[in-house]
Amino acid sequence: MLCKLSFKNIKKSFKDYAIYFFTLVLGVSIFYVFNAIESQTVMLDVTKSTREIIDLMTDSLSAVSVFVSFILGFLIIYASSFLIKRRNKEFGIYLTLGMSKRKISMILFLETLFIGVISLGVGLIVGVLLSQLMSLLVANSFEADLTSFVFTFSKSAFVKTLIYFGIIYLIVMIFNTINVGRCKLIDLLYAYKKSEKVKLKNPILCIIIFIISCVLLGYSYYLVTAGVNKITSDAKIFIPIILGALSTFFIFFSLSGLILRIVMKMKNIYYKGLNSFTLRQISSKINTTVFSCTIICLMLFITICVFSSSLSIKNSMTANLKTLAPVDIEIKKTLDIPIEEIDNYGYTYEQAMDSKLSVRQTLEKLDFNPNLYFTDIIEFNLYATNDITIDKTLGSYYEKIKKEFPYLSYSTPESFVKLSDYNRVAKLFGLEELTLDDNEYIVVADYDQWVPIRNGGLKAGTKINLLGKDYYPKYDHVVDGFIDISNNHINVGFFVVPDDAVDESIRQQNVLIANYKAKSDKAKKEIEEKIIDLNNHPYANNTTIGASSKLSIYEASVGLGALVTFIGLYLGIIFLISSAAILALKELSESADNKERFRMLRKLGADEKLINRALFRQIFVFFMFPLLLAIIHSVFGIMFCNYILSTLGTDEVLTSIIMTSIFLVVIYGGYFVITYLCSKNIIRERR
Amino acid sequence: MFCNIKITTNELYRYKMGTERNDFMENILEISKVEKYYGNRSSLTKAIDNISFSVSKGEFLAIMGASGSGKTTLLNVISTIDKVSSGHIFVDGIDVTKLKGNDLNKFRREDLGFIFQDFNLLDTLTAYENIALALSIQTVKANEIEKRIKKVSEDLGIKDILKKYPYQLSGGQKQRVASARAIITNPKLILADEPTGALDSKSSRMLLESFNYLNDEKGATILMVTHDAFTASYANRVIFIKDGKIFNEIRKGKSSRKEFFSKIIDVVTLLGGDLNDAL
Repeated sequence: MLCKLSFKNIKKSFKDYAIYFFTLVLGVSIFYVFNAIESQTVMLDVTKSTREIIDLMTDSLSAVSVFVSFILGFLIIYASSFLIKRRNKEFGIYLTLGMSKRKISMILFLETLFIGVISLGVGLIVGVLLSQLMSLLVANSFEADLTSFVFTFSKSAFVKTLIYFGIIYLIVMIFNTINVGRCKLIDLLYAYKKSEKVKLKNPILCIIIFIISCVLLGYSYYLVTAGVNKITSDAKIFIPIILGALSTFFIFFSLSGLILRIVMKMKNIYYKGLNSFTLRQISSKINTTVFSCTIICLMLFITICVFSSSLSIKNSMTANLKTLAPVDIEIKKTLDIPIEEIDNYGYTYEQAMDSKLSVRQTLEKLDFNPNLYFTDIIEFNLYATNDITIDKTLGSYYEKIKKEFPYLSYSTPESFVKLSDYNRVAKLFGLEELTLDDNEYIVVADYDQWVPIRNGGLKAGTKINLLGKDYYPKYDHVVDGFIDISNNHINVGFFVVPDDAVDESIRQQNVLIANYKAKSDKAKKEIEEKIIDLNNHPYANNTTIGASSKLSIYEASVGLGALVTFIGLYLGIIFLISSAAILALKELSESADNKERFRMLRKLGADEKLINRALFRQIFVFFMFPLLLAIIHSVFGIMFCNYILSTLGTDEVLTSIIMTSIFLVVIYGGYFVITYLCSKNIIRERR
Repeated sequence: MFCNIKITTNELYRYKMGTERNDFMENILEISKVEKYYGNRSSLTKAIDNISFSVSKGEFLAIMGASGSGKTTLLNVISTIDKVSSGHIFVDGIDVTKLKGNDLNKFRREDLGFIFQDFNLLDTLTAYENIALALSIQTVKANEIEKRIKKVSEDLGIKDILKKYPYQLSGGQKQRVASARAIITNPKLILADEPTGALDSKSSRMLLESFNYLNDEKGATILMVTHDAFTASYANRVIFIKDGKIFNEIRKGKSSRKEFFSKIIDVVTLLGGDLNDAL
């Protein structure tokens, strides 16, 4: 009997709450898809280093999944308690008929069970199907060949999804039971009759609050952009976040009171068609939904930032590789580690002894003959002295820059390269070759943050004294270039000086740059594997030698790019569907409430067109209001993200913003359209 | 511009519907052989069984009947909220049973005014805005709206409560606001469904006196459905309905309200037990 009742209830409300069911299915399937990635990557033919990144990714994804399950849990609890509230009268009737509260809880329990089982079932089926598509994306992201299409099914992801959602539904059932136990019959029966008091907020207070929150918001915007160097510690980042969240709330709070007031003053607009009705509808609801508006706005804001940043990281990760890693390998080792200081730096005696040798000599000790495997070999030293540190090379500009960036390490010794060495490297790299007079130096840098700092020092004409001789800058700006291969512009600057300016007493590092003696990618990979194998050589622990290769940089970039994209995609989709679903559910239930009001409007003779337009506007405002502020937030949020990420040297912002917008329009816009169509269906007069 | 359209659309209806303008120009409402069935072939209920009558311009007509007699169904078909099974209803010469879609909305908007038992005011709007809505749907300009509301609120004595919300008003005040909303568009016909149903006797009297005022001074045509003899006694004419048929019809004529009231009571007694509970 109870079973039949709850089953019929679901069937009855299914049409109105299809969007809730749809969101559940979506949530389940996305949860499965992202957790199933692990099993798909098993099939991929990738190198060891890529495999490591994949492991890192699956670990991060499962960590994120915990967070995601919290978000989805809140969404489901919120939505179901919300849907129950709407059925007060129904429960009231059950109670008057003598049904016990326990039985009503039972009905709800069964309903949740039915919905849970169905949504889990459908969601998992959809998830398994979607994850087949995902495997293409995974293969593509890791640039692995998907030789043959294999239907993958991840048992672990399947079980995990079952467990996580099982727990969520269990919590929902507990919540529902508590909710039902608490309510009184009189409230259940007459809840819908209580007319909500429409309070107009004090306009002057609203204006004051609005102005104050705008100022606060402006200040937090300033903090994350122009005033970003005021954020000097990790804790201070919370100042703009908290300020932003608070001012968002108060902006919604004050605007909800103000907009109505303002439009009411414009009589010709207010008393036109159904405008007065629509506006009152909106403002009557916004009074009670300021809080959820704020949450949704902030969630959208996070979505936009996470998504666009992850995309721009990915894009920039792979974009610069060709120019920034023009040779196959760069091997580096520190020279002349003082034996008396090995304990301070954590070196062993053997490593200190080895530091007298060049890269080539060490390689030979490792039984690796560079000439056999390498071509285009360039070997040179980098020089440094504790006498010449960054603060000294900035000269008179130092005081000014210190005020602006107090936390840069200004006591780091500068690096020097001989002109002839640099020119050899520049030729191989395809960079501009340089010339110098006897007493001149040039700074080479390409790190966006550092270039202006360096330029400041150069403009000041800072003189440096190297081994007793003075040198002056040749140019008042840095020359673009680098010697370390990497995936980004991260050269903070080194000094190119005449060959006789330095001597071996201050040599600091030995560098070997080379290409692999191989034509095909496969042969190159073999050499690469050989070099990686050197780590297992008995001598390996006795040296501080380190290498970065084009292949490893490339794989790391691709892998890291894929990692951030997947996490960004995962979080972005979950946040977006959660916020859109909350809005949609709220609107749909309001529409059910408004059925009477719209019927009234029809009796007054309002056209269907007019009514639909009023409904559209109402829903549109509710979807756009939080989005608009979220977009404004995001402009500054993305600027801040780029500031932070510029440590990684990202610069592909536009494409990621376009991608984010498309993503936003499709999911959020989709929810909006569905909500409108469903609402229209609800208020339509059936005759 | 708009005025022209209004006039011509009326003509248009007639042309479209192929109906002739009724000879009795003063007849604002003409109900001709209307029937309304509910149910299916096996169990047929005749809610309205071949009813015909007419209402002339400026008349205040009450339709009385026990619950289940079909009076609300009758009002619903007149107001085009429900459809007739057969027969015709002419409002100012237009057959409203043939109207469809937006013509129907236009008809309700421009020719009818509604007053309901449960007021049907929008609780999110103030009294003023509730009244204004009826006009703004007809795209009347804001300052014109203001002028008209000022006038009508003075007539109905609701000037001081215009800024209040429905929940701040008493039942009588709400019903007078609803009346103001019904008449502000100058409809050809005001339909009132148990307008005193939710009111106490004092508020009922005040409302009915406003009806009389609207009827006498403003020349409004009112069709009111009620089961209450006291309420009906304010009308000029009362039609009694029983089991979907016209049972009796009495006119006030020159008699006073009290005399008319006892006449109504006589008919009610004649009607039998069912209406006694209405007293």
